[in-house]
Order: sequence, then C-alpha cells, then structure tokens
Amino acid sequence: MTIDYAETIPNNVDLASNKTLQRALEHWQPEYLDWWSDMGPDGSQNFDVYLRTAISVDPKGWAHFDYVKMPDYRWGIFLTPREAERKVNFGAHKGEPAWQEVPGEYRSNLRRLIVTQGDTEPASVEQQRHLGLTCPSLYDLRNLFQVNVEEGRHLWAMVYLLHAYFGRDGREEAEALLERRSGDADNPRILGAFNEKTPDWLAFFMFTYFTDRDGKYQLCSLAESGFDPLARTCRFMLTEEAHHMFVGETGVGRVIQRTCEAMVQHKTDDPAVLRKLGVIDLPTIQRYLNFHFSVTMDLFGADVSSNAATFYSTGLKGRFEETKIDDDHQLKGAAYPVLDIQNGRLVVTEAPALNALNEKLRDDYVKDACAGIERWNKIIEKHGISLRLQAPHKAFHRQIGPLAAAKIDPQGNVVSAAEWAANVDRWLPSATDRAYVASLMGRVAEPGRFANWIAPPARGINNQPVDFAYVRFN
Amino acid sequence: MSDPAIEVLRQHLIDPEICIRCNTCEETCPVKAISHDSRNYVVDPAICKGCNDCISPCPTGAIDSWRQVDKAKAYTLIEQLGWDSLPAQEEVATGEDVELPADVMAITATATAGQGGAVPPPWSAAHPYVNLYSVGNPALATVSGNFRLTDDGASADIRHIVLDFGSLAFPVLEGQTIGVLPPGLDANGKPHHVRLYSVASPREGERPRYNNLSLTVKRVTEDHDGKPVAGVASNYLCDLRKGDEVKVVGPYGTSFLMPNHPGASLLMVCTGTGSAPMRAMTERRRRRIALKEGGSLMLFFGARSAGELPYFGPLMKLPKDFIDINFALSRVPGQPKRYVQDRIRERSADVARLLEDANCFVYICGLKGMEKGVDDAFRDACRQHGKDWGALVETLRREGRYHVETY
Repeated sequence: MTIDYAETIPNNVDLASNKTLQRALEHWQPEYLDWWSDMGPDGSQNFDVYLRTAISVDPKGWAHFDYVKMPDYRWGIFLTPREAERKVNFGAHKGEPAWQEVPGEYRSNLRRLIVTQGDTEPASVEQQRHLGLTCPSLYDLRNLFQVNVEEGRHLWAMVYLLHAYFGRDGREEAEALLERRSGDADNPRILGAFNEKTPDWLAFFMFTYFTDRDGKYQLCSLAESGFDPLARTCRFMLTEEAHHMFVGETGVGRVIQRTCEAMVQHKTDDPAVLRKLGVIDLPTIQRYLNFHFSVTMDLFGADVSSNAATFYSTGLKGRFEETKIDDDHQLKGAAYPVLDIQNGRLVVTEAPALNALNEKLRDDYVKDACAGIERWNKIIEKHGISLRLQAPHKAFHRQIGPLAAAKIDPQGNVVSAAEWAANVDRWLPSATDRAYVASLMGRVAEPGRFANWIAPPARGINNQPVDFAYVRFN
Repeated sequence: MSDPAIEVLRQHLIDPEICIRCNTCEETCPVKAISHDSRNYVVDPAICKGCNDCISPCPTGAIDSWRQVDKAKAYTLIEQLGWDSLPAQEEVATGEDVELPADVMAITATATAGQGGAVPPPWSAAHPYVNLYSVGNPALATVSGNFRLTDDGASADIRHIVLDFGSLAFPVLEGQTIGVLPPGLDANGKPHHVRLYSVASPREGERPRYNNLSLTVKRVTEDHDGKPVAGVASNYLCDLRKGDEVKVVGPYGTSFLMPNHPGASLLMVCTGTGSAPMRAMTERRRRRIALKEGGSLMLFFGARSAGELPYFGPLMKLPKDFIDINFALSRVPGQPKRYVQDRIRERSADVARLLEDANCFVYICGLKGMEKGVDDAFRDACRQHGKDWGALVETLRREGRYHVETY
C-alpha cells in the first residue's frame, strides 16, 4: 500500500522526494499508529476533537483549528526555516558554519540527546492516557487531547531526525521509542519523572506547568545546537510547548480561583470544611506544587556534570538564550555556584561553569517557574486571602545528584530521617491528599459545564465561547 | 466634544492577566515590536504594523487585546510593563472614526453572541458600505413618514418610520443597521449613547429610486423586568413628525447580509421588531419575482397576537409559492401559547432540508430569549432527520450561512 506522505504528513522537509526517509517512515508509521491505539488516550479513538493542527510553519499556517478524530490527526514534520549564514554559536567550534549533517565524532552523543528528548514525548502521553475518563469539562478534555497529539508530533519530530540523519542506528532507536513504557518495571522510560503516574487532573495541570516547562528549557538549549536540523526542529516545537504550559498555568490557576471563591463565600480557610465543599484546599495545592517542582528539578540532571560540559564544548547543546548572553560562549575559566552537602549542611560552592551547565539551566527554569507561581498568588491576593504559594528550595526532595544523599526540607534545611518522616505529609501530597483529590475526579462532559472544584476559563479556545462543544463523542 | 485634530489608534496590547509569558509572540513578531521584562510582555505601538502574525500562535488569546486611544497618548512600554490588568477602554473623542464606535462594537458583539462570534457574510453578498458617518460627523435625515404598524388595541406601539437623506449618500444593504443619536443629554449631562436599528427596507429604498430607508421601531414603555420606563431613543423616534430632522450614524454590519446569487434560499426566524431585516430581504426578493431567480423563502414569525405582528397585513398578501410563512402567536385567547420553536418543530422536515442546503442562508433576529429555543428546535429537527446540528452549525457558520442578531 502506498501512502501519500506529502498529504498525510504535512511537512516542510520535502518528504515527497526523499526515498530513504519515505521507506523508513513507511515502516515506522504503522507501528506508531499501533502504539497510539494501545497507549494513546483511553477510549477516545472515535471522538471528534476541536484540535489545532500545524499545516505549515508560517504564523498563519501552524494554528489550523478543526474537528479531528485523533488517530487521523495529521502529525506533521516541521522545521523552522533555515537561516542562510547560521553559525555554531558556542563551544570549541564557535564561529564555524552550523552543521547540516551529523559530525561523525559526535554522532553517538547527538543520538543520545535526541533519544532522551524523544523518549519524554510518548512517555507523557502514556502517563496521561486515563485522564480523559475523569475530565472536569469538555474544554479541559480538549486541552488534554491537544497536549497529547502535540506530544505525539514531537515524537515524530525526533524520529524524523533519527531516520533522516542516523541511518540504521536511528531506525532502531526510533522503534525503541515505541517499545519502552512509562512505569514499566522491565522497560521503563529513560527519565524518572516520566515513569511517575499522573493520577488526577491536579497532577496533570502541575505536570504541564512544571514538567513540560523543563521540556521548554531543554528544547531552548537544543534549539541553540550547532547541528542545524536539531536546532530548527526544536525551535518549532517550542511554539507548541507553549500551549502545554498554558494548560498547566491556567489549569492550576482555575483550581485556585475556585478554592478562593469557596473560601470567601464560606468565610473559612479550614481544609476540612473546604473539602466538605468539594474544593481543593490551598495547602494541598502547595503540596502538589512541592512534589512536581522537586521531581522536575531532577530532570535537569546532576548538579556537576561532565556530560553537560561535553555537550556544550562540542557545540551540541547550548545554554538557555545562548546568543543573548554576553560572554565568550566557551566558558573559559568561568565558575558557577552549585549546591553541595558538607558536614550535614547545605552549602554553596563554586564549580567550573562548564560542568555546572545543568545547574545554570535549572536556575533559569526556577526563575520562570516562580514568576508563574506569583501570578497564581495574584489570584489569591485578589480574593483578600493572605496565604501565598511558593516554590520549595531547589534542593528539596531530590533523588539524583549529591543532594539525593540528604533529606532537605522545603526551606532548604538538612533534616534527619526522623524529622523527614514526621513532616513529609505536610510537605508532599499524602495518601489521604491523593485519595481526596481522586475522589473529586468525576467526568463532566456537557458543553459549558465544569466540575465543582475548578473555575471556568476566562476565554475559550480560538475565540470560541467557553460552552463550545470542544469534543463530540459520536 | 469632538476634536478633528485627534488621530485614533487601535492599539495592540497584551492582557497581563491571561498571558503566560511563553515568548511565542516575541519569537513570532517579524518586526520585533514585542518585548518583555520579568513581569510583562508588551507591544511597542511605534513598531507594531498590525500584521497579526502573532495572533494565532498565542496559546492563550491574551495577544488579541485592543484599545482605541488617541494616538498621541498611546500607552507607552513603561505603562504597559507596570500593568497587572488591562486598563478599561476610555472614551476617545474624535473628529472622524477610523473604527466602529466602541458602543456600536459592544452592542454588535452582544447581538451576535448567539452565532458564536464573528461569521463571514454569504459568499454572494453585495459589498456593504460601513461607518460613513460618525458621532462626530452624523448624517442629517428628514422624516418622510411615520405609521403605526400594530392595531390600535394592541399593547405594543410598533412604527414604520421612513427617513429621507435628500442628496446625502447613505447606501445600505438589507440586514445592515444604522445608529440614531437622540437629541439632548442624559442624567449625567452627557450626550445619549447611539441606538442601533435594523433597516427594514431593501437597498434601493423604501420607495424605489428615492434616497430613503425605513426602520421598524417599538415604543419602549417598560424595562426587561416590566417596570415602567420610557425608552429615550424609541420614544423620540415614535414621536417624530413628517419633516423633522434626525441625526444618523453608520451604516454598520458586514455579515448579516443577504445572498444575491440565483437559487439562494432564506430561512428566517424573528420575533417582534426583529422582523425589520426579514422585511427588507423579503421585499428585495418580492421586487425581483419577475426575474424568476429561484430559491425559496421560509419565515417563522412570533408575536403575541396577529394584531401585534408588524407587517401582518402586507405579509398575508404575499403569494404562498413566494414565501412559506409560519406565524407563532403566544397570546391568542382560547388557544395554547405557540412560539417560533414550536412551529419549527412542526415543520422539521422542511427545516432540516433547508439547513442542509448549501444554498440556504439562515437569519435569526429578535429578543435574546429566543436564541436557545431556536437552537434547540434546529437540533431536534436535525436529529429527527438523522443529522447532527452541532456539526452542521459549524459548517453554516464557516460558510457565512448562519446569522444571529438578538437584543
């Protein structure tokens, strides 16, 4: 059977004339669709979903809205247009023309970077596959599905690179991306946070806010890469990643809004009373925030990392907004503060900046994540409530790197195992918290209706009204 | 007061309460008009060319925010960077509007909410003139007729008012509205707001080849809650005498327009003075009967009783093969109340057929309360005949075949 790929896979990589790539995709695409039907959103194959599809890379073309059945979604391959004189902008090759082919000596490192990034995309689809059954509204259900199909597209984007530039190794890696499973004991996804469950919608919103934001920072760093096809692929993915963060930021914001309304209406801040009212009390929201923030901190990797140094020096992965930074872009002799534990205390030490690139990216991320938390606090402030949400210390609840060796509280104090055990339920969602939030998860699927624990959004999608039929169940 | 020296700018802004600071707009902008600090994303009015490239990539819609301002006093970047929320639209006194007046835009947005936002006109609609006359520069029309349409005993005083523009250009199309400026000041000492009325006559005039148009105006004597209140503009209009002069602005409306191609059908649903645009379209078609252009007209028309139906007499005289009229009367002694949605359900087979016909264009005009009833009746009609209204209405909207104006 021949498939008109130019038609079914919207692209700007001249797929129609590239026979090698076509053959690779002919093999991979059916397996991808099998994976989607096995591991994609549960029971949703026949829904008509009001989705945004990218049909070209120009501003008018990449936000095309219409009803689509998700298995028929046109997962496209798009790279932002090539800059004629683009250079490698950092590391040892700084100033050389950007590479249009994979440099042989960096082949395995590049492949590893692409596979690690690519692996997160199907992983999050797997983590979120049951959420549709408990959606708080059609609007939210649509947003979940939009996130899912775009994660699917991001997988395509990475697989395109593997197929187009890495030959047989790349094809094998592309298949392995469809074989690993989130949370599977024998064949798990590569990164820890992508093997955690996304059990409820508050967790989903937190995940899209915090964990997808890690995706944004990783993509921003890869968009600086000297390997031009990777840079251009990631640049385009970033525009879509913004939607995921939108879902997270407004999702959590709407939960907070609803809680604050109930607090004002019933003049109470007692979590027990608020739970009886069916809303999620702010301390529980804080604990979810602590959890997702800390799990995401780990995604940036070890605080001091020789791999990070190698990726940078060899021009494969830059810093966030590399070209806007005013320095030598080689980090010769530069230092950067990192955290360490000495004599049972958290201390700041200096590490060579080249080895501390994970920490630098983590710090850039923290700044961005905290700005959004302040916007959530504005909602609380508007209701005349004094409590404020805050990010925990970046050393809190870490599982990798030197900080994993100690127990550190949300304020950044090293605590004993006993103190940790005594307080962990105040810092992280307890089984009771999770059971309570889970008890709220019931399906609301009529246009314009919203579950009691979440406020409606300020605006609909693509200027449609909030009570628009964003999903039709047929 | 108007000041002809003021130049109005439709300033592009970003709503800081909705924006998630994702940087997509800044990345997209081809002229680098968008920048940010640690707090807000802002648009430089000196650089922004209004190309709208940033609009659809924005995940939140925050980018689609606009304020009309005096160009000399446009919000600076420093002001924008300090905002927690967008400022309210300030009134801008202008000599010549470059945009529709803010209150006209607000009224229009409310009136067309029932169709789910802006929709295009029918593909074969004639090109409308809009906004030829502004509050600062209104057209002066002369009343050439003012007749009561409802029975003497009817509770509603609905009038047919003919305005003549003499040698002043005021071209209108069926379905367009005009604004009337009542004289005098309101309780706060400010000029009265513009009131919008649908034109009830076809494009070539109430009296063909004369430069005139007609309005259908109901004298407002009570508010929505039934409390007695004298509507400023409607009482002013209903009391006008032949020869009086009226300040008129507009015309407005680029969407609720009739198709012009042969074979086009109209499905019209209205109550009370919502009949004005239907009368205009019907009259346009009546005058062209001899051309035998094809297409059918179907009208659902609701009122309390026959005596309160504007244009009842003339409608009854129209040939049955020209227009299929379905009255719904809700206050006839000894008879059950019937509403337009009841009549639509009774005619579901024909309605479903027309809704699906690519040559049929749907118009709904009347009180806000009718919207849901009509939508439900269309849904039922479709369901009975194996069609999905939810999907169909999207097609209708997209193709400029579904037009709602309610108030």
